[in-house]
Amino acid sequence: MSDLLLKIRGLKIEGRSDETWLPIINGVDLDLHKGEVLGLIGESGAGKSTIGLAGMGFTRDGVRISDGSVEFDGIDLVNASAETKRKLLGTRIAYVAQSAAASFNPAHKLIDQHTEAPVQHGVMSRSESAADAVELYRRLRLPNPEEIGFRYPHQVSGGQLQRAMTAMAMSCRPDLIIFDEPTTALDVTTQIEVLAAIRDIVEQFDTAAIYITHDLAVVAQMADRIKVLLKGDEVEEAETREMLSHPKEDYTKSLWAVREFKRPQKRVVASGAVPVVSVRKVTAAYGPVKVLRNVSFDIHEGRTVAVVGESGSGKSTAARCITGLLPPLVGSIMVDGVEMPADYRKRSKDQLRQVQMIYQMADTALNPRKTIGEIIGRPVQFYMGLRGRDRRRRVEQLLDEIELPADQYFDRLPSELSGGQKQRIGIARALAAEPRFIICDEVTSALDQLVAEGILKLLARLQDELKLSYMFITHDLATVRSIADEVVVMKEGQVIEQGPKDEMFRPPHHAYTDLLLSSVPEMDPDWLTNLLAERGVDNIGDAAVDKMG
Amino acid sequence: MSMILWILLMVLALGLAGWAFRLAGQNITGNSPYFRDMPYGVAFGYALAAGALLGGLWLWFQPGAVFFRWAFQGVVIFAIVAWLFRLLGRAVGTAGTRKLFREMPLTASFGILIILIYAVLAIFAGAIAPHGQEEVFARVNILPGGNPETGGDPAFPLGTDQIGRDLLSRLIYGAQNTVGIAFVTTCLAFLLGGSLGFLAATLQGWLDQVLSRAVDVLMAIPSLIFALLLMTIASAWAGSEKWLLTVYMILIIAVIDSTRVFRLARAVGLNIVVMDYIEAAKLRGEGLPYLIFKEILPNAYAPLLAEFGLRFCFVFLTIASLSFLGVGIQPPLADWGTMVRDLSQFINFAAFSPLTAALPLLAAGAIALLTVAVNFVVDWMLHRTSGLKD
Repeated sequence: MSDLLLKIRGLKIEGRSDETWLPIINGVDLDLHKGEVLGLIGESGAGKSTIGLAGMGFTRDGVRISDGSVEFDGIDLVNASAETKRKLLGTRIAYVAQSAAASFNPAHKLIDQHTEAPVQHGVMSRSESAADAVELYRRLRLPNPEEIGFRYPHQVSGGQLQRAMTAMAMSCRPDLIIFDEPTTALDVTTQIEVLAAIRDIVEQFDTAAIYITHDLAVVAQMADRIKVLLKGDEVEEAETREMLSHPKEDYTKSLWAVREFKRPQKRVVASGAVPVVSVRKVTAAYGPVKVLRNVSFDIHEGRTVAVVGESGSGKSTAARCITGLLPPLVGSIMVDGVEMPADYRKRSKDQLRQVQMIYQMADTALNPRKTIGEIIGRPVQFYMGLRGRDRRRRVEQLLDEIELPADQYFDRLPSELSGGQKQRIGIARALAAEPRFIICDEVTSALDQLVAEGILKLLARLQDELKLSYMFITHDLATVRSIADEVVVMKEGQVIEQGPKDEMFRPPHHAYTDLLLSSVPEMDPDWLTNLLAERGVDNIGDAAVDKMG
Repeated sequence: MSMILWILLMVLALGLAGWAFRLAGQNITGNSPYFRDMPYGVAFGYALAAGALLGGLWLWFQPGAVFFRWAFQGVVIFAIVAWLFRLLGRAVGTAGTRKLFREMPLTASFGILIILIYAVLAIFAGAIAPHGQEEVFARVNILPGGNPETGGDPAFPLGTDQIGRDLLSRLIYGAQNTVGIAFVTTCLAFLLGGSLGFLAATLQGWLDQVLSRAVDVLMAIPSLIFALLLMTIASAWAGSEKWLLTVYMILIIAVIDSTRVFRLARAVGLNIVVMDYIEAAKLRGEGLPYLIFKEILPNAYAPLLAEFGLRFCFVFLTIASLSFLGVGIQPPLADWGTMVRDLSQFINFAAFSPLTAALPLLAAGAIALLTVAVNFVVDWMLHRTSGLKD
């Protein structure tokens, strides 16, 4: 066909590891027509980004294309000279990275970075390109399009930065844009406006795009066709509607099914019961800035309280107040009806033991120089006083609890574990203290859906067995739906609404809760279109949040 | 003026050669990707390397370039020995050490070999050296070479100094004194600077301010001048007790160098204390010693190790400099810095008797060799621990 833009045939890519080359991609074919959007989905390590980059004729350091062909508009990119590629990249092929904050140079203004590529490639003069930038900013519905380009990257919000990045990719009107997880790091309400903006602009300029993501609901809104990848192999490819309604392969079906894990909500606690943890009218501040205002909620034995809200809403600060890392200005933290000293340094060993924490980034939560046995063994020794053989037996027992074979993992270092396994070690470390209450701070947000589901199931099982109480901090409402008993919605340091889960997910809501709930992408490919029609393009994302005051 | 002209011409010629080389490569290989995408800088580098090789070859055949030939032969011999040493390491030892040697670059095996030799010399100096370091013989200023016809003596292969002490023995004892003292000093500097640096990073607040500003003050004074000043005071305190002066010297250099270690330890520590695993340990109720030595220190090994290699060399050079200036290691103890100073006049004989002129260079070379060796080993260790490829 004449309108075939990108043709990849039998692509094999290898990565070097200790003097040998290991396969990353084992022969993938890909066709992309002009003006078409292809969604690439798969778990981390599936090779999505590697294929995306190969579509630009580029490989990361230590990675090579060993076989196959990549043809862009008839040009062979595998064997093209550096000169030829340099002319194509930026002008005809552009790339939008996951983290716009890390991809912009913090020392230059947005518009200077925007105009660099068109001027370098001789497509436009600087002034033409600057005028064009304003036009693109307007089309992407950035606030103050005339003025925003003159800001530095740190002066605009994450969602705006991601749109500025998309504008930059559009600066030379490329034929192909590769979006590599552009909304993964954003809040749900911000994500919508970026999705809407990207979809519009790709349609307006009839640009072809490869949209890489691990979020099915997102790709359902964006792509015309979806290709599912697993460990460097193609699982299946189909038109979006076809794929969503009739997935053929088992793997695809399992991806689709993940979102259906749901625990029934437990009975509402009797009014007289003493909560395990009670946050009473807490106000806290970092320096002069108040980040929590008069926050109160209770967590009862064996219950999960999900605290939801966007970044900056004070969810994590509330956790820091409970652990004593940030002593509140006003208010108190009670455990089992007894007030805890505000500062963790003043708490007794037993008080510290009762409140444990599991972190979002398992990478930074586990000391990379200690073996799993040491990491879990330390709290066992520290709190329980077990040593030698007893300690080892207890650690093995804990590894058993988190479903990892003890003999294999005892002497490993965290770097030898996958993300999900690391998170399990974090759970085991918290369990080692035999606590009554665990704070889970975004524990699944850095994980793939299948792995995250496993972690949620594990936490649910442990709760039933050990009568644990959880405070579950998250911005992902799908997670809330699956695990929470009660929900606390926070915004700008205040509790907006709280109550049992079943009530919270049933209307009527507080307006902000409604906004949050309706912003979660659904698997229906018409969801975004319908939502935009319902709310209007100017009433989504930040704009809608601002209107609420 | 004509000199500048010549240099300009040479650079121009090299530039042309690089361009021609790339063009020839492209034509001969049928425009293979390697030559096609070669940046001009790389091509120029090839030309420069070829030029240096030719220059070296020309120098080799000049009659006056004795030292160049010696140096070149030395490098070749050391390379061969290092290669053999690595071969040996691959053949004997446990599975672990054999694997270590298999993956080791030549520079690292060279460094390890040199450090081993120095260590053996330093530890067994008494058994290896033919004479005592303080032993004075009747014959002074015997020339090196051991050949009686040229003024040497087989009993003193490197000759004797101006008061009749055997130079070979003093060179060997020098390893013991200079290297031993430098090692002790560096360890002390790390103990002091490292623990204070981590303490400042962990506790922060006013303690960090006090320590950091104190270190700033110490660092503001040029270190060699400061050391000289303090050594002058110390020599007044030590009086006739020579060993006491050496102890003072170790303390002074350790304190001055610990400021650099402090800076590094604090900077590295600050990056580690923000990690979640430190927060987890704090919330567990762990004490300060556990935090510093069990949680922070293991993660700071790589940069500290690199600094140790570098710092050791600096300390070593400082001691040699102080000895050269006469306030460091005191005679009759043998020391390479003092030896360089005492024998420095011999460099004037270079044109007539290269062997004699090599005497001060021998002591200086011993210093240089160890410095290079230590850095080779540290580079390799860093490469391994950081897991960096290429």
